[in-house]
Order: sequence, then structure tokens, then C-alpha cells
Amino acid sequence: MNITRLFATHRKSLLVGFLILLIAFVLTFPLYGGAYPTRVLIVMLMYTVLAVSWTMFSGTTGYMSLAPAAFFGTGIYSTALLQHYLPFPVIIVIAGLISFVLAFLLGLVTLRLKGIYFTIFSFGLVVFIGNTINYVEAEIFGRHGWYFEALDRTTLLYTMLGLAVVTVLAAYFISRSRLGLAMRSIGGNEEAAEHMGVNTTRIKVLTFAISAIFMGAAGVVVAPSLSYSNSGIAFSVTYSFIPIVAAVLGGMGQLHGPIIGALVFGFLEKTLKATLLTYFMLGFGIIMVVVILFLPNGLIGLVPILRDKLGGVIQKLRKGGQAEQHADT
Amino acid sequence: MPILEGQGVTKYFGGLAAVSNVDFHVDQGEILGLIGPNGAGKTTLFNLISGALPLSSGEIRFKDQKLNGLKPHQICRMGIARTFQETKVFPNMPVSQNVLVGAFFGNPNRVSAADAAGEASQALELVGLSAVSTAPVKDLTLVSQKRVEVARALATKPELLLLDELMAGLNPAEVSAAMELVTRIRDKGITIIMVEHVMKAIMGISARVMVLHHGEKLADGTCNEIACNRKVIEVYLGEETHAGS
Repeated sequence: MNITRLFATHRKSLLVGFLILLIAFVLTFPLYGGAYPTRVLIVMLMYTVLAVSWTMFSGTTGYMSLAPAAFFGTGIYSTALLQHYLPFPVIIVIAGLISFVLAFLLGLVTLRLKGIYFTIFSFGLVVFIGNTINYVEAEIFGRHGWYFEALDRTTLLYTMLGLAVVTVLAAYFISRSRLGLAMRSIGGNEEAAEHMGVNTTRIKVLTFAISAIFMGAAGVVVAPSLSYSNSGIAFSVTYSFIPIVAAVLGGMGQLHGPIIGALVFGFLEKTLKATLLTYFMLGFGIIMVVVILFLPNGLIGLVPILRDKLGGVIQKLRKGGQAEQHADT
Repeated sequence: MPILEGQGVTKYFGGLAAVSNVDFHVDQGEILGLIGPNGAGKTTLFNLISGALPLSSGEIRFKDQKLNGLKPHQICRMGIARTFQETKVFPNMPVSQNVLVGAFFGNPNRVSAADAAGEASQALELVGLSAVSTAPVKDLTLVSQKRVEVARALATKPELLLLDELMAGLNPAEVSAAMELVTRIRDKGITIIMVEHVMKAIMGISARVMVLHHGEKLADGTCNEIACNRKVIEVYLGEETHAGS
């Protein structure tokens, strides 16, 4: 079978197969992976959740949100406050709900802003919430940060995997629903969408809030492996930029772009940091520049290029083989 | 019976009256042509009807319901659809999905996926774009993109359709085809207001013409009345040059 044809006709099954292999790999990882590799894998999956949920809203509507850290931090703080009172799965659900409500309210205020104004406002929110919590903690309660109860790393890995799977499935089904159609029409031309009967404000606020659920939940799942956190760590703006970097690296056009981008970014970050230390940003910066310059569609943009090249090479080899056969006869 | 009525319709941009105290009406099932020099307020009037801009004063009624203060999506669901002078398509979406947006969301009731798909394919067939339904709209020519806008508007099942310069930039053959399309839409029972600079098209298919100038209504009447109106000739149509004069 010709590899070009294989990619064209079985694209979907290839993707599903890739995802199943990935899940199987993560599920069996604790059998042979050590402690540090498992932590790396948890971070990679966490980035997947952040990148996919960010793309779910920002990638489709074109509203570049820098708010993920606000919801991620909410998740971490939910764990800090509730860990001694409620079971872990319940905290995940509660943090998801809190993030949903928070994003819904923020969306009502901010999503009337367009373009760069929305982006800057969403960024300001992260800083505002982080500083407010810092002030309340230090000045009123005289507290500096929180310690987390440790949880078994296999449990954390499986929980993060479950969350990632749920996030990807949610993104998939939303993109195929009329909600997804409405979001894409907003991204295409908001004014036209409005004139076609799309209640743009409602759609934007709703989907912004839905995407926040997964960011909040990710904060909860990652918290136990942090062992210590404070407002500066939980609401670090880094968590707002990671999903964007991952989505750009992988490619935003399709669902598997942010997944691949997040996994690659998480892996590179952890391994490069371990070997290059502070030079990590230099190394990763170079990779990022190369990707943006040569692969405007991200890493998934490599697939069609490789497909055409490989397909050509394989066909040539086959033709060569046939020619030899002909020569023999 | 008028389907749409405006009374004292006024819109200020700062101190400038873009539309000033205009009274108008559109009868059920007619094609009303809206003409006037650039900057006369034609598109602003469309924006006021479709809810893109709020009125400064006056009121617009559609089937005896006040439109003042309603959002564009609400007005669309009441049965008024429009196209845009500068095409506003969803560039990266396929043609069929562009039209599906109208079919799904332009209806006051929830539409099933099968009904929406049916509605969309009917609209595409009417404008003659069935063959390219899977192509991304950005790959289409301007003429076809304008047709996508018409199909998208039709998929919302409007009773009143606002066409903003559908024929601008079209060659004579395309103008004829577009005129035929507009007539076919009218024959389906849809009332139409069309802004147009192509006089042949306006005079050819509209029952009545309204002329705007500097935001004010200059004249309103049948094509013949308008074509002979002294004031209209002065500000817009221009003097016919007689041989020998």
C-alpha cells in the first residue's frame, strides 16, 4: 500500500490509533518508569490539558486569552483549602465548577472587549487575583503558602491521564457540535455571525467558562506533586503562556496539534532544564524560532511535508524494484 | 401592507447626521431599491435596520414589532437577514458550513441537523453554488463570495432580505445573473431592499426606489418617477447629454 494513500484514506484511524498507543504507553509507564520520568509524564499531560482547553476557546474564536493561570491557580488553591476535608476526586469536580463560575463572570465583563484589549485584560486578571490572594494571605491570615499531602505518583499519573482524555474528548465533541460551528463563525467574522442569529456574547462566555473547567481541574491534579505552593507559584503567568506556546508549537488548526505540541514542549522543557539548566530558554527559543519560521502550521505541518517526500521516495524505490524485475525476466 | 416601517429614523455620528429623520416603508413582497451618492447613508440605514447600530432617534417597526434596542441576532431570528457591502464571510470554513451557520442559528426555534443541512443545500442550489460546497470560502471569487452571503442569509429563512451592493464589481453578464437571482428570491415571497449603484439593475427589477442624499430622503417612488425627478438627476443620476447641446 502506498503511504500517501494510507494517510489520506485512514487518517482518522491513524490518529485514533496514535492516541490509543499513547494512552497504553502512559498506563503501562509505572511498570518500568522511574520517579522522575513519571513526574515528567504528569507535567506533559498537564500541558496537554492546558493547551487543548486553551485552543478549545481561543483557537476557534480568535480571542487570545491569557487567563489560564487564573483558573489553574484556582485549582491549586482549591486543593490547598479542601485537601483535609474532601476526597481528591470531589475536589477536582469542585475546582472545575469554581473555575467555570469564575470564568463565566469574568467572561460577562471582559468578552465585550475585542482583540488586544481582551488579551491584556485577561492577563491583568491573573496578576490581580494572584496579588489579591497574596495580600489576603499575608496581611489578614499571616500565612505564607501551603503544603500538600503527597499522593501516590501512579494515582496522579492515571488521574492526569483521565483528565487529559476527558479534555480531548470534550474538545472533539464541542468542535463537531453546533456550539463549535458558532465558535468558528465568531472566529471567522464576529459581526457576520451576529447577523446570522448567533448570540455571540452567550456563546463566547459559555465556551470560555467550559474551557476553564479543565484548567481548574488540572491545577488540582498537579497540586499534590508540588508539595509546596503559594500565590506566586499557583498564579504564575507562566501557566498562561505555556498553553499558547504548546499550541503554536504543535499547530492550532486541528485537535491533535496542541496535544503533540504540549507533549513535545513538556518533554523538552523537563529534559532540557535537567541538562542545560538556565540555558534551557536559549535552547527552546531556538527551537521555537525554527518552528515558526519553517512550520507555520506547527509540528503537525510536518506530516503533509513528510508524507509527500516519503511517498515519493517509496514510490521511486518500488518503481526501481519493478524495473529490476522487468530486467530479470 | 408594509412589512417594515421607519419613522423619523435618525443616526448621528458625533455631530454628523448620517441618517436624518427618514420616514420609509417597504411593502410585503416588493423589491425596494435604495440609491444615492456615496456617503448618503444607505449602508447606515441597513445597519440601523439589522441592529448593527443603535438608532439616535425615531423608530423602526417590522411586522408591527418595534426593532429599537434589539440585538442583531434577535432581529435575524425575527426574519430579517442581510448581506454586507464588504463581504463578511467565514473565510476558513467550507461554503456549506458558512450557510449552515445561518440555517442553525437564524431560526427562532431549534433546528435539527438534518433540517439545517437540507435548508443549507437548498439555499446553495438557489444561488448556484452546490458544486463548490466543500471548498473553503476564501478560495472563491468575490462574485461567488457574495453569493455565499446571499445563501447564508436565505438559510435563516428571512421574510425580509437586505442586499448591500450585491452587484458592485460584477461584469454585465454577472449583473444579469444576479438580477435574475434577486427576482427568483422575490418570487419565493421574500421582500427585498437592495442598495445598488448599478442603475440598470435597480431600474430593471425594483418596484419602487428610495433616494437618500446627505442622510435625508430626497425622493421615493416608482422607477419612472425617480428617473424623471429633477432633484435626483441633479445630485445623483446626472444630466443626460444631448447631441448638439
